[in-house]
Amino acid sequence: MALIDRLTAMATVLCLGLALALTLPQGAAAQQINPTAESVTEDALLQALGGDVRVEGRVTIPDEQSTGLIKPGNKGWASTHGGLVRNVTLLSVVGMLALLIAFYVVRGKIRIDAGPSAVRILRFNGLERFGHWLMAVSFILLALTGLNLVFGRAILLPILGESTFGTISAWGKTVHNYMGFAFMLGLVMAFLSWVGHNIPNKIDMDWLRQGGGLFTKGVHPPAKKFNAGQKGIFWSVILGGAALSFTGVMLLFPGMAGGEAGWQLYQVIHGVVAAVLVAIVLAHIYIGSVGMEGAFDAMGSGEVDLNWAKEHHSLWVEEVQGQTDDAPSGAKAHPAE
Amino acid sequence: MARMKFLCDADRCIECNACVTACKNEHEVPWGINRRRVVTINDGLPGERSVSMACMHCTDAPCAAVCPVDCFYTTDDAVVLHSKDTCIGCGYCFYACPFGAPQYPKVGNFGTRGKMDKCTYCAGGPEADLTQAEYVKYGANRLAEGKLPLCAEMCSTKSLLAGDGDIIADIYRERVVTRGYGSGAWGWRSAYGETVTV
Repeated sequence: MALIDRLTAMATVLCLGLALALTLPQGAAAQQINPTAESVTEDALLQALGGDVRVEGRVTIPDEQSTGLIKPGNKGWASTHGGLVRNVTLLSVVGMLALLIAFYVVRGKIRIDAGPSAVRILRFNGLERFGHWLMAVSFILLALTGLNLVFGRAILLPILGESTFGTISAWGKTVHNYMGFAFMLGLVMAFLSWVGHNIPNKIDMDWLRQGGGLFTKGVHPPAKKFNAGQKGIFWSVILGGAALSFTGVMLLFPGMAGGEAGWQLYQVIHGVVAAVLVAIVLAHIYIGSVGMEGAFDAMGSGEVDLNWAKEHHSLWVEEVQGQTDDAPSGAKAHPAE
Repeated sequence: MARMKFLCDADRCIECNACVTACKNEHEVPWGINRRRVVTINDGLPGERSVSMACMHCTDAPCAAVCPVDCFYTTDDAVVLHSKDTCIGCGYCFYACPFGAPQYPKVGNFGTRGKMDKCTYCAGGPEADLTQAEYVKYGANRLAEGKLPLCAEMCSTKSLLAGDGDIIADIYRERVVTRGYGSGAWGWRSAYGETVTV
């Protein structure tokens, strides 16, 4: 008896299910069963929207963001964030560190071939250095607090524990939010100071063809104030920094970016561009400090060794010394451009 | 242990918003934050339906996956909770949530996000159960008192169901069979990777 009852029940369920399935395409058939059954179903709605778009409606609470009911696509961002952004960051930061260590092992510190001279010439004035260090300090703080958001959970959390890590990360977020503005100011200053010296030209092609002399001892292709490598750094920082600034402001003021589709896009751009820029800046820090003798002075005291300048920026030295006439090394007069 | 879920039977919801009000009152949720909301689809058209939505306490919750400080945890009842001591208010969980559940008070300068707030399934937070500290940060802990979430408990049409996933799915299934139609278990596929089949 029980078996028959169950079979009957199952048959009823099947019939109803079938009838329900048939009501969707045929409006007329629906009325025979029940007029109120003509409702939107989640499955049909998601299918009609293509499965990846938000199901939206009207809400009575005054909050635009809350009109979205179901947004299955948001999970896609979750996997992008945990996958693409994380992997690009890992690859670029660890990869660049490995490359730099390998370069140091093979090439060692690049010395001044002619040895240090007694003469120093001004390379960057106070304003230029202020812009550089404003950008540098803020960028390092931004990079560290940003990397904490990507790797802190895996690296720092097990070491520091939840409470300390939470406090540090909360401060990190505040630092990241405010330092962004210092970085933007430094970026503008650097752009205005140096854009004139960073227009690519034919000399850069020769410099690049010789690998900048980086890989061969004693080779120093001619360069003006900035060689092709430095121009590359300049434009990477300017363009990457502009992208980071824009996406950063959008993430900081969520109201400006619209809905979560915008935030997700900006967050991915912000993460990927930051990862690449961190790698580039790591190389920049290396060659400006431990990687090359005499290079740090340019941004330290602002005055560089004359022999260093002649080797790395021969055309610039000629330009500068052409202006100040009686050069101690007897450089020939060169008309200023 | 039970696997707690929400199920909103949209064919019964009359958009009275009592669940929203009850939630705000029970947990003293601050102004501007709504842990639960009622969304009306096809408003004014034939087949209009209202769905009450809050955090669905997902299986493999995407918010927990993207959180940079790992502040989320899942209880034995499969309720997804978070620690406001660890949360930094970055907003990532909102980007990842399919239901728009995470809410942020505008506490910082320029209205930046404060620490995230969301539906706790009336289960409080990491603090000791039923303490003042827990109440201040997360609201009431009805689960610790042996009660179910208030929104569902006081729903006048019993549209919003809360409880063990299998039991509420059975109740919903029975309703669909009895009345002959059902608009589906809203959000289940996104939250739990499965829906209620009748």
